[in-house]
Amino acid sequence: MPELLQFLFSGVTVGAVYALVALGFTIIYNASDVVNFAQGEFVMLGGMLTFVCQAAGLPLPLAALIAIAVTSAIGVAMNKLAIEPARGAPVVSLIIITIGASIFIRGGAQLLFGKQIHSFPAFSGDTPLRIGGATILPQSLWVIGGAVVVFVGLWLFFTRTLTGRAVLATSNNRLAAQLVGINTGFVMMLSFALSAGIGALAGVLVTPITLTAYDVGLAFALKGFAAAMLGGMGNPKGALAGGFLLGLIEALTAGYLSSQYKDAAAFVVILLVLFFMPQGLFGARTVDRV
Amino acid sequence: MTALLSVEGLGISFGGLKAVSDVSFTVQPGEITSVIGPNGAGKTTLFNMISGIYQPGSGRVVLGTEDVTGMAPHRLARRGMSRTFQNLQIFQSMTVLENAIAGFHLAERGPVLADLLGLPASRRRAAQAQAGARALLARVGLDRAAEREAGNLSYGALKRLEIARALALSPKILLLDEPAAGCNAVETEEIDHLIAEVAKSGVAILLVEHDMKMVMRISNHIVVLDHGEKIAEGDPASVSRNPAVIAAYLGTDAEEAAHADG
Amino acid sequence: MTMKLTPKTATLLVLVALVVLSPVLFPSGYYYRVGALIFVNAIAVTGIVILTGYAGQISLGHAGFAGIGAYACALAPVHLGLHPSLALLLGASVSALLAFLVGRPILRLKGYYLGVATLGFGILISMVLNNERQLTGGPDGIEVPELGLRALLNDMGLDLTNGQFWYWFCGIAVILGAWLALNLHGSPTGRALRALHGSEVAARTVGIHVARMKLQAFVVSAVYASVSGSLLALQNKFITPDVAGFMHSIEMVTMAVLGGVGSVLGAVFGAAVLTLLPQVLTVFAEYEQLVLGLVMMLVMIFLPQGLLPSILRRVRGKDE
Repeated sequence: MPELLQFLFSGVTVGAVYALVALGFTIIYNASDVVNFAQGEFVMLGGMLTFVCQAAGLPLPLAALIAIAVTSAIGVAMNKLAIEPARGAPVVSLIIITIGASIFIRGGAQLLFGKQIHSFPAFSGDTPLRIGGATILPQSLWVIGGAVVVFVGLWLFFTRTLTGRAVLATSNNRLAAQLVGINTGFVMMLSFALSAGIGALAGVLVTPITLTAYDVGLAFALKGFAAAMLGGMGNPKGALAGGFLLGLIEALTAGYLSSQYKDAAAFVVILLVLFFMPQGLFGARTVDRV
Repeated sequence: MTALLSVEGLGISFGGLKAVSDVSFTVQPGEITSVIGPNGAGKTTLFNMISGIYQPGSGRVVLGTEDVTGMAPHRLARRGMSRTFQNLQIFQSMTVLENAIAGFHLAERGPVLADLLGLPASRRRAAQAQAGARALLARVGLDRAAEREAGNLSYGALKRLEIARALALSPKILLLDEPAAGCNAVETEEIDHLIAEVAKSGVAILLVEHDMKMVMRISNHIVVLDHGEKIAEGDPASVSRNPAVIAAYLGTDAEEAAHADG
Repeated sequence: MTMKLTPKTATLLVLVALVVLSPVLFPSGYYYRVGALIFVNAIAVTGIVILTGYAGQISLGHAGFAGIGAYACALAPVHLGLHPSLALLLGASVSALLAFLVGRPILRLKGYYLGVATLGFGILISMVLNNERQLTGGPDGIEVPELGLRALLNDMGLDLTNGQFWYWFCGIAVILGAWLALNLHGSPTGRALRALHGSEVAARTVGIHVARMKLQAFVVSAVYASVSGSLLALQNKFITPDVAGFMHSIEMVTMAVLGGVGSVLGAVFGAAVLTLLPQVLTVFAEYEQLVLGLVMMLVMIFLPQGLLPSILRRVRGKDE
């Protein structure tokens, strides 16, 4: 039993990271119908920039804030320079553009930060907490808490603020939103900033546990996307649920089946979901109009 | 009565909203049956159900003696049904000729290996289809545009290209969704003649059209839809006098009523 | 009958000329190796042209099939006693079968979903190659037996260096692959693929069995990728799981769209540009990813039709 609990703890921890990445995907997808394959690079940048600032002598909270702000700015730049000019391009082109952006960011990170593995101290020490015979790192609680806080924050933003509602309106019907005077260009920019910031936050929270390097982004992007799809593309609740579910599936596979194939589990699940319920757990069915 | 197509109690709803409900009628070979009604009456939805693009929620579609309700479009094509689209569905980046050849798919298709190797059998099939396509393009007056990229043609020309492509299947029943929309008077008359000619050769034609003059002139039989339901049916003269039909048009769309008068 | 040059003949002539004449410009024997590498990539990209250019379906996992082709050549001779040439055929058959089985459910998906499903499939294959160490040697890679054809040619008095042999061998393979793809383009099957690319609904109504057609394109393109992987393994005499990796899949798609995804000549062109890029950048090896990413974005934003069609259009524009 403690064994199972241990797997659940680790599953919920990685699941929280996947949920954050999936939320990032969801925000951009809703605002622009673009699936941003560079989402994982934001996670890498969050951890990496925090490390750099902290190594330069800044206190950790300030370092983390700077990392999140800079990553948001990079997200905005990416929207401005790579996504906006290609508006209306076919899906294949958009896939290649965002993958190109991801490779570009990774290449830049390799140049600036080198190929070494980096980390910084956990926020509340490294003494594991014992719960029911299993242990959990205090940092894991930070990660899980972070995912929940971001989700609630987003929910409040989208339902309680005018700006948030404008973003929702744009995702429902771009043209109609423009007609009622919503600045959809601003909405796009905001979505990329939010999405990149959330990705960076995930990186800040998880780096003390998983460490970071210039090339960790891709795995986060794929898992995050898988989580978003599992939950139903474009649905924030689905992203959260999909993230945690994927994390649990991975941890249980690693624990009971094979740690080598824990990543495979995620993709097998994704393929199964796509085959048998392409709209995901929370997605809506759509009818092609002719 | 040996109806080629029988529509029996056909209905569908989208998100709880009834788009078409309980519509029944028959289509005879060699005759032109028109479906008319104000905008949003469910004409195109009806077409999409008959041609297998939407799965009907209720009712049956019978082709000849076979129940083909909800059958996939490519299987309906093999049974002799072809159609055109209200919002053009052209193979944009292919040439006009290739668009027409594509209509001969069922006649020209063969093993993929033969096509990869460019075997004589494969080339012969393609050549036959091409000859047929050229003849059809001549028939709709597009033979001189054969080598042009289809995306560059005018709207009216594309409408005719879709008809040519649909005729390439040598259909027993042809569904035409607003074939004359966006065409000028001359083009409309050409299409008019073409449809009459095709019907004369024994093909059953099911037509959705907004041009009331055209409908009244060429239809043998008219089915009137309003709010997804059949409100009238009969020959052109009786339908145009039917009070329910007049009310439907006047009540919803004065402009179209004007069309009907003119 | 007049002797008019069809686009197909013209493309083939250009390709033959490229393969035959390029060595004149080679400053050293090393460039035969680079040339052979370009051809190997061009074969896989020709498959992508059929799948994405003709049929409009994306795959972000085709390197998986290259991996199957490559490891078939490494493993089948050792474990099954097959000659490497037969191992290539075995790899192609396995790839075709797998594509057939996986393609059925996968190709029902569209756009991003199709992209991610194929991506997941490719990653699963590369994961197996990485993890089954006893069989595949794991991430360190595995040796591949000699094809033996060069020795045979030597006996017949045709003395080629290893680089030269693979240049000509892969050159012939590229031309053969292009010939098949060009045949397909104008054939009933090719037309059906391009039709469903243009409008799936219209394709269905003219009787095209869309699912079956997509599956055929998927299987054919998988065989191209598999053969490309086999040739890579055979000429390097060594292979690592990177051949099946995500980056290799992305490179294939990028080469295809770089050259112009609808055209076979564009495939070769795109393969050449992207294969040469790292060679040119060896001095700045650490900039390779940065430049690759930049090229991908810039081409898609400014030349969405691909480099070759854009250049051709400009040239033709000046002619008029």
